[in-house]
Amino acid sequence: MKAFDYIEIRVPAKSQYVSVIRLMISGLAVRVGFSYDEIEDLKIATSEAVTNVVHHAYKESDEGEVVVGCALFEDKIEIMVSDYGVSFNFEEIKSKVGPYHEEDNVELLREGGLGIYLMETLMDEVKMNNEGGVTVFMTKYVTKEQVKEYVERITT
Amino acid sequence: MNVNVQFREDGNVMRGYIEGEIDTFTAPVLRDELEAVQIVEGRRVELDLSKVNYIDSTGLGIFVAFYKKVTRENVQLRLVGLSSRLVRLFEITGLSELMSIETDAEVELKQ
Repeated sequence: MKAFDYIEIRVPAKSQYVSVIRLMISGLAVRVGFSYDEIEDLKIATSEAVTNVVHHAYKESDEGEVVVGCALFEDKIEIMVSDYGVSFNFEEIKSKVGPYHEEDNVELLREGGLGIYLMETLMDEVKMNNEGGVTVFMTKYVTKEQVKEYVERITT
Repeated sequence: MNVNVQFREDGNVMRGYIEGEIDTFTAPVLRDELEAVQIVEGRRVELDLSKVNYIDSTGLGIFVAFYKKVTRENVQLRLVGLSSRLVRLFEITGLSELMSIETDAEVELKQ
């Protein structure tokens, strides 16, 4: 038996399909056994990655696509979001984004730039590859059940 | 999937009820609705988010923009009825330190 099942969807890089991808992610995450909160985290992180493609990948033409691939393991899900558009420098962008602070001047508050920060906060691992296009790899582990099983094994 | 906003004047408070999912597709509707709100000095603005069932960074950005707008006019903004999910997002992004937010815990107790 294969170690994981792989499911892929390819949609036009248009904003109206971001919610469709969320539906797919929540359906698959239920199969893996994630909790309600974890599924919400997965939906947000994936939406952020897809939204980035919709906004930044295809500046010139309107005809780009975004590919979302999900590998379902027993205890984790790996999500890959990929485009063939414009690459960007992840580290450089990362250095400019992040949470707000109380002492921030209201007038200077950023109205964007939280997407990558949320992806990194809500997922266990986020990697980025920008050769040719941009591919985001994200991993999230199932937490609750694993701990429970482990505890039971120790006590018996 | 959609987002719906309705405003009601209630004495010195302008109450906005937001319902639905806020993402990059629905964001323009919400942004326009909030842009159109008349900000009057001395009148508070309250946004009820108890029926918001999805929000990501695009939506948070809209609230940041709106917060800037009302602050410029010297008007107080409160976000009320936040689910624990929404509170968590406002906390991890640091927005809860800046903006006044209130949970829907009281609403839950009544039910």
